[in-house]
Amino acid sequence: MALPIMAVLVFFLVLPIAMIVVVSFWQATEFSIIPAFDFENYQFLFGSNVTYRVFLNTFKYALITWAFTLGIGFTVAYFLAFHVRSLTWQVVLFLLCTIPFWTSNIIRMISWIPFLGRNGIANSTLISWGVIDAPLDWLLFSDFAVILAFVHLYTLFMVVPIFNTMMRIDKSLIEAARDAGATGAQILWNVIIPLTKPGMMIGTIFVVTLVMGDFITVRFMSGSQSANVGRLISNDIALLAYPSASATAVVLLLTVLIVIGILLRFVDIRKEL
Amino acid sequence: MTTSHKELELVSVTKRYGATVAVDAIHHKFQPGGYACLLGPSGCGKSSTLRMIAGHEIVSDGSILLGGSDISDLPPAKRGTAMMFQNYALFPHLSVADNVAFSLKMRGEDRQTRLAKAGEMLELVDLSALSDRLPDQLSGGQQQRVALARALITRPDVLLLDEPLSALDPFLRIRMRGELRRLQRELGISFVHVTHGQDEALALADEIVVMNNAVIEQAGSARDVFNAPRTAFVAQFIGGHNVIALPQGHFAIRTDAVGIGDPSAGGMEGSILAVEYQGAHVAVSARVAGDQEVSAMVPEAQFFTNPFNPGDPVGLIWDDANLHKLTA
Repeated sequence: MALPIMAVLVFFLVLPIAMIVVVSFWQATEFSIIPAFDFENYQFLFGSNVTYRVFLNTFKYALITWAFTLGIGFTVAYFLAFHVRSLTWQVVLFLLCTIPFWTSNIIRMISWIPFLGRNGIANSTLISWGVIDAPLDWLLFSDFAVILAFVHLYTLFMVVPIFNTMMRIDKSLIEAARDAGATGAQILWNVIIPLTKPGMMIGTIFVVTLVMGDFITVRFMSGSQSANVGRLISNDIALLAYPSASATAVVLLLTVLIVIGILLRFVDIRKEL
Repeated sequence: MTTSHKELELVSVTKRYGATVAVDAIHHKFQPGGYACLLGPSGCGKSSTLRMIAGHEIVSDGSILLGGSDISDLPPAKRGTAMMFQNYALFPHLSVADNVAFSLKMRGEDRQTRLAKAGEMLELVDLSALSDRLPDQLSGGQQQRVALARALITRPDVLLLDEPLSALDPFLRIRMRGELRRLQRELGISFVHVTHGQDEALALADEIVVMNNAVIEQAGSARDVFNAPRTAFVAQFIGGHNVIALPQGHFAIRTDAVGIGDPSAGGMEGSILAVEYQGAHVAVSARVAGDQEVSAMVPEAQFFTNPFNPGDPVGLIWDDANLHKLTA
């Protein structure tokens, strides 16, 4: 029974990763790649200041995006699960949340560019309202733009698992809390948030892995002014420096696995799977 | 434990959901410090009534009075009532002690005091040993006792129980029934218990309130309701009764007041439909004129001195003094 799925996993998951790990030990010159077993790529990676700065930047993006997607995602899911009373409306509003996802990630991201640009809709509107005198430069090609795009792209990955967990909370628990004299805020803090933790954790894993592995959003929205690990890898690939790209990828993979490992120590998500 | 004798009274209490009326202007004064059962089939409005008393449903019309003051617009926790939910609604992420102490935490009492009070409550329901467990690790009966302790820790004047025994297996149900009764006597507060099981209501209640179609059909002591059902519905729902249409009107007669004999010996003629041996009694059902079905509970020894089989003609005998006239 398990054999076909094992075959698929080995062929499409284990083999490619093993390949990356193997290549990460190879040597490369400007014009050739030499199979070897050499720690040169890793030595270069860990010896370079750039690596640490780029990893730090990647963590920064992940952390800020996580905070915003969690805040927005929780609020949206809470509204859907506890304020919208009829199942029909819940379904309708939930589908509405997913409509933007009918277009591709890249198109949704790029459509921010005319909106945020120097002479874009945001700036001209703010000027016409008299809020600002001169166009804001930091709206586009900045960390702000990168994080805005990340939050826009990935909030749904937070909404879905949190909504799913919230829908499984027995409504009589809320009544029991109210019977015990809990206010709305107390119910939120003492009942809903603890019971929604597994959903928040699943959403967190989605968002953190997506943001840490991304390179295209950072490239477009920062106007190639910021870097994250994904861009480091894509630059290496562009230069055909596959061994170096592989080594970076292995380090990134391990980093993400460690982060998830730490997260899973805090919350038990087994019941949600 | 303090004894509270505040009187709970429903004054023309009505609940409407859109066009449907779930509870239709009911009046009732509950006995202070008594054990009352709201009895009725599903959809009769008994749960809505309980939830209105608890404050989890808004009263569409009328008032709920407790100790003379109108509580209909107060939030649940300010009413002096506490509710025990049908599936117990224990917080799955909190230990038994934290579940019980939940309302004290909401009030802002410090951890030490609230755990001490929760400990007292757990002692009352005999669960002190399990205070660190999570609800998932308890049996149904234990969960129910946690729910009881959690409801009682606020020292309510009235405890409201929504089908508290329905999730338990039959054996446990009977044991918990005894325990509920004992607790109510010890605490001396009013219990209002919703159930659809007539045996549960008869066994527990000082006062039975039979509801049907959004109104109260009959209220009174368990013996009064059982021995003098006012309507055909009550007679049938409370069990142990035949409802017979006679030329003089509709009558209820207890099944154990009906005897059987040879048709030649007189009585109402009929033919046996089924015979069921139940141990102490044999349940005999017979079809009589007018396509009515009449059941008789015949003591076992008496039945087997002159046994009948399905299809046999039979005479059903009773003392007319046992016929009880129904109003509807």
